[in-house]
This record gives sequence, C-alpha cells and structure tokens, in this order.
Amino acid sequence: MVGPVGLEAAQHVHEAAAAAATTAGGVYKPKGLTQHEFDTLKTLCEIIVPGASKGGAAEFIDLLSSQNPDMSAIYTGGLAWLDEAMKRQYHMDFLTAAAQQKTEMLDRIAYRKNRTPELAPGITFFNWARRMTVDAYYTSAAGIKDVGYMGNRAIKEFKVPQEAIDYAIKRSPFA
Amino acid sequence: MFQITRSAPVYDVVIIGSGAGGGTVTKVLADLGISVALLEAGPMLHPEKDFKMLKWPYEYPHRGALDGGASYFGHGRAFGFFSAHAGGWQLEGEPYTVAEGSKFNWFRSRIVGGRTNHYGRISLRYADYDLKPYSRDGIGTDWPISYEDISPYYDKAESFIGVTGSKEGIRSAPDGVFQKCPPPRVHEVLIKKAADKLGIPCIPNRLAVITQPTNGRPACHYCGECGRGCIPASNYSSSQVQVFPAMKTGKVTLITDAMARELITNDEGKVTAVSYIDKTTRTEKQIKCRTVVLAASCCESTRLLLNSKGKGHENGLANSSGTVGKYLTDNTGFGLGARIPALEGMPRHNSDGMGGAHLYMPWWLWDKKTDFPRGYHVELGGGHNMPGIGSFAGVCAQHEGYGDSLKKAIYEDFGTHVSFAGRGEMIPNKDTYCEIDPNVVDKYGIPVLKFHFKWTDAEYKQVEHMEKTFTDIIETMGGTVVKRNRPVEDKISVGGDIIHEVGAIRMGNDPQAAPLNKYCQSNDVKNLFVADAAPFVTNPDKNPTLTIVALAWRTAEYLADEMRKGNV
Repeated sequence: MVGPVGLEAAQHVHEAAAAAATTAGGVYKPKGLTQHEFDTLKTLCEIIVPGASKGGAAEFIDLLSSQNPDMSAIYTGGLAWLDEAMKRQYHMDFLTAAAQQKTEMLDRIAYRKNRTPELAPGITFFNWARRMTVDAYYTSAAGIKDVGYMGNRAIKEFKVPQEAIDYAIKRSPFA
Repeated sequence: MFQITRSAPVYDVVIIGSGAGGGTVTKVLADLGISVALLEAGPMLHPEKDFKMLKWPYEYPHRGALDGGASYFGHGRAFGFFSAHAGGWQLEGEPYTVAEGSKFNWFRSRIVGGRTNHYGRISLRYADYDLKPYSRDGIGTDWPISYEDISPYYDKAESFIGVTGSKEGIRSAPDGVFQKCPPPRVHEVLIKKAADKLGIPCIPNRLAVITQPTNGRPACHYCGECGRGCIPASNYSSSQVQVFPAMKTGKVTLITDAMARELITNDEGKVTAVSYIDKTTRTEKQIKCRTVVLAASCCESTRLLLNSKGKGHENGLANSSGTVGKYLTDNTGFGLGARIPALEGMPRHNSDGMGGAHLYMPWWLWDKKTDFPRGYHVELGGGHNMPGIGSFAGVCAQHEGYGDSLKKAIYEDFGTHVSFAGRGEMIPNKDTYCEIDPNVVDKYGIPVLKFHFKWTDAEYKQVEHMEKTFTDIIETMGGTVVKRNRPVEDKISVGGDIIHEVGAIRMGNDPQAAPLNKYCQSNDVKNLFVADAAPFVTNPDKNPTLTIVALAWRTAEYLADEMRKGNV
C-alpha cells in the first residue's frame, strides 16, 4: 500500500521532473503554424498574459492547431487578420510594430463593445487567444504558483488556517 | 479420431457486473467460501497506471483539453480528461435510443469497478419514512422492507467501505457508523453560517472516504480529486475495495470484456447459463451457473432480462408481472452558483481536502408542508480548486482586456465561487420507462434499450424550491444571483443526467406487481437475483450507491443461506 508519507516523497521528485520538462531549453520548431505565425502568436500571448511564455502558451496553441484543422483555421486566419489590420493602420505587421501600436490595436479587439463589422473577426480571434493563453498559463507550473493554488499534494492532516476563516468572516455579512 | 472435451465448470454463482452491487456480492460470497464467476463488460482496471492521481495539467501537452483541443469545440470528455471513468454518455458501437418527445442520457462505465471508480462517494442512508412513502403521503408504493431490515446492512457497508460523518439525530438523515469528517473549508464555514440563519441544517458530509486506516487501506491524503481514482484506495471503489481483495481468496474467477447477452434457462425455468460476447474475439460464449446475480446497473440488468426471451417468458425473463423496465427514475438535479465577495483576496492555503464537500444539507422540511411531495438534499461546491482548462473562462468573459489587469482579476476571482446542487426524489410515472428498441442492435448484435422519460409537476415544483433556497443562501452570504428568466423545463436536469437511475426491476410483496421479492430474488426464477439499483421501489433524495451496497450485502447473505438450505 502507498501511504501518505511515501506519496509525499514521491511527489517532489515527480513535480521537479515535470517542471523541468515544461521549461526545457532549446529552440522550439512550430508544429502547425509557420515560423512567422508562431512568433507573432508568442508575442501576442505574452501581451495577453505577461509570463505566458513561461507557461508555454504559444507552444500549446501551436500543438493543438497541428492536430485540428478547425483550431488551425482560427489561428492562421486570426493572425493573418491581425497582420492585415496592422499594415492598414501602421504599414507594419504586428511583430515589427512598436509596442504602443500593438496595444492600440489590442485595445480595440479586446472588448465586445467595440464590435463593428470591420473589427468583428479580430474580436472573435482575440477572444480565442485570450481564453487559450489564460488556460495555458494557469495550467503551467508558473501560473499555478502565480494564482496561489497550493494543493494537489499528499498531506497527513487537512487543516483550514484560522486567519483565512477570520479574513472571510470579517468581510462577510456575518462579521 | 475422438476429441477430449472437458466438461465446462459450473459456478455456484455467476455475477454480472463488477460495480457497487456486483463488487459487494463478490466480496460477501467469496468471504463465505462460495465460488463465483464475475463477468465484467469492460477491461481490467490497473489503478497505478490508469488513475491520474496527483498529476498536473502541464504533464500533458494538451493540458486536459484533449488532442486537437477537442474540449474547446464541445467534444470534451464527460467529467474532464483526468476523470477515472472508462466510458461516457455514448459508447462507440453501443447505442441506446430515446423516444420522440423524451430526453434521456445514460452514463455507462465499462471497466472493473464500473462507475464506482469515479463517482462522487456521497453515502447517505435512506430514512425510515423513505421506505414507506405510500403509508406517509399516499403516493406510489411502499418498499417491502423497513428501515430495521436494512439498517444492519448499512452498518456493515459503512464499517467495511468507510464513510465520514457525524451523529446528528436528524430523521431525514439517519446516523451510521462514521469516521471523522475533516473540518469545513472557508467557503463552507460561510455557507454554514448562512444555513444556520435560514434554519437549514448543514452538517459534516458523508463520503465514502476513509480518514483513518481501514482494512489495510491508508487514510485519505487529501488531494481533493477522488474522481480521478485513488491509487492507495483511500476512497471506496468496488474494484479496489471489494473485487481485488476478494480475488485473493481464490474463490473468484473474473472474466473481463464479457458482455452479457442473454440468460439461458432450462425447462423448469431456472437459469443454467449466461450467454455473453467475448469482446476480444467477438464470439459468443456460455458460462454455466447454479445461480445468477444481475448487477449490471439498473438499466443494463433490465435490458438483459428483456432480451432473455423464451417459451413461457416471451416478454423477457422474470417478467410475468410485465413491469420490468417500468418505474424507472433518476434523481432531480438543479444547480446554482455565485461569486462571494467576502472570499476575494483570501490568504492562500491548500483547500483541497477530500474529493467533495466537507458539509452538506440534508432535507429539512420532511415534517413541514410543501407544494411538492418528498424532498431533496443540497451538495456544496467551492474552494481554491486546481486550475484546469476553462477555470477562468468566466473572468475572461467578464473582465475582457489583457495584461496585468486581467491577471489581477483572475487572482482575485480564484476561489470566490460557491455552488449548490440539489438532488431530489422523483415520483415514478407511467411515461418514464425503458424497453427494447425492436429496430436497433449494438455492435455485438444485442438489441438496445429505448428510453421514455418525463418529469411532472412534482419534480418541477421541487426544482423551483431549490432555486429559491439556493438564492436565499447566496444572498445571505452577501453574494448576488444573476436572475435568469427561463422555463422550469430548462432548469431541471435531463433525465439520467444525475446518474442515479433506479427502479426498473422492482422488489415488492405482490408477485403480480413486482418481479422481485423482498430479498431481490425473482418470483418467477428462483435462482435469479438482482443486486444493483434496479430493485429500488423509490428513488429518495439520497444518492443510491450506499443503499446498493447495503441491499446487495443483504441479498448475498440471503442467497448464501438459501444455497446452504438447498433451496436454490
């Protein structure tokens, strides 16, 4: 039988190995996207969630795109739309545009209220990119730490810190 | 030339299905020294390999979204990638049909242990009045047994599988043999305060999770993910807790990938063999038996009886009452959640605990007048759960934008949501039943089930009551419920969704009205027993698994006794 103590020891090794695997160095070769699409996506992901690169967001999206034509179409189409819109506005693609130009564009497509026939494809695309970047980051070791999730481990006794209970009660109607 | 044919072994008992019912019968009979063959339609379970216990999403390149990100396109796996079940709402090549105008979903797990590998582990005793509903409110039918009959078997079941809880003295939630339940999480403390204010009992949860070493199984390690399966078996699954240990007695022959097709009877009307499809070779085989126990799940056992037709039983075996397939019910289901501002920015800590709530609300209006019959219990959700695909989709949609402000919104939102799920009693009705679809067979050539399902006002009113109750609790905690105007038909779960199907092969005192006697033995076929949820007369507001285990235990002991006496 595997008891909690054995599990505790085993899980440290297992976490370290898994973390190393996700942050392994080396140059990533895109599997589904072109190099330009991938580089653009990676920059976009990092703006959506600062730190997304550490969470492997672009790699996650690229992998799923390589496995699924529907997913691929969302990203190849969306990234092409973004470059076109940037060129029309700033005569540069997204990657080469200045930081301020990038955020100007994103400030338009990051909100439903800006939906016009002209911006609609960009808004739909950004919605996908945001959702999946967030998923990738917060399912990575970096994101899990960042959001403060402290579980998924074997412990001997389950306790609830009194300070957390006091914190919530003080802010509740039961104060 | 001549061929030496060894006569095939005749098993004392053939048990069909290895879930809660079949696992229990296997364990009880093996302990009594009776040799059994256990047929399971799915493959062998290998917990160390199959269960994703303590795995992180980043250990999988798709993080749980499945290959090609299928879950983003509505083709996700029921209960998510990490869940321990083997099966789902649809099985490749094994369809079921639903009558026009009905909606029904049927969840099947084909694996040793069946649905107990992943289920919610909620373990609630039926109350004394649950078993005598007709005597109490004049609706439906009483069970042929009383609480005194089943209570000793609840004791055995709880002692053996291990159930958390506390002595409360509440009539709707009888006390049992309990292990200590871990303390409530922060959001549960707030929920309890709201419940106290509203006069709703909110008590330590009753989960089939062990918090002290039990029969060689170590205590829970509190990773909060029972649904992924527990490698050290600190929660109950029939596979790990009953079938595997029973196999060590040498009395159990487990036959996997064996899809039961038909029960073979002799001229005296007794079952002599079970015909099954060996899935690995797609050939028909037969296994001989002195007695047979059906534990394939309420609906699969029903299907097997209805498909076992012969001279003198043209409408299916054990069906002289004509009621096999009728009286099918599921529990009602309704859920409501909200964000609780008091929980925002809470100091981070590990809130995993057991895989399920640490508190629950038993039905509290059992002695009060309501505008619907019977009742419901309330299950709780919330806490800082392990992030997964879609965990923050709600914040993304609400906050929009990007960058540091989005990250801040996610940080503040994490762990602030609570949810409530009601599970209530459905009254059996004539429009809810299953039968054999004459036009469709599965890939093994076995005729499939066709479901008819209808909720009535009794259930609709109950669900309206749930919505009002949950809204009251949330508002009392300082949360806001987004009011959505939708018809009650859209609020209530789809039949089958709660995966608490019971009742299609009823037990009763009158052989004209029920296929089984009060020991779940067929009135027509004396060596045929049913040990899943099919014999249930009603479907009280308590999840059925604990009662399946208790009744199966009772049936197994009765069967052993009858065998000893030479009656079967």
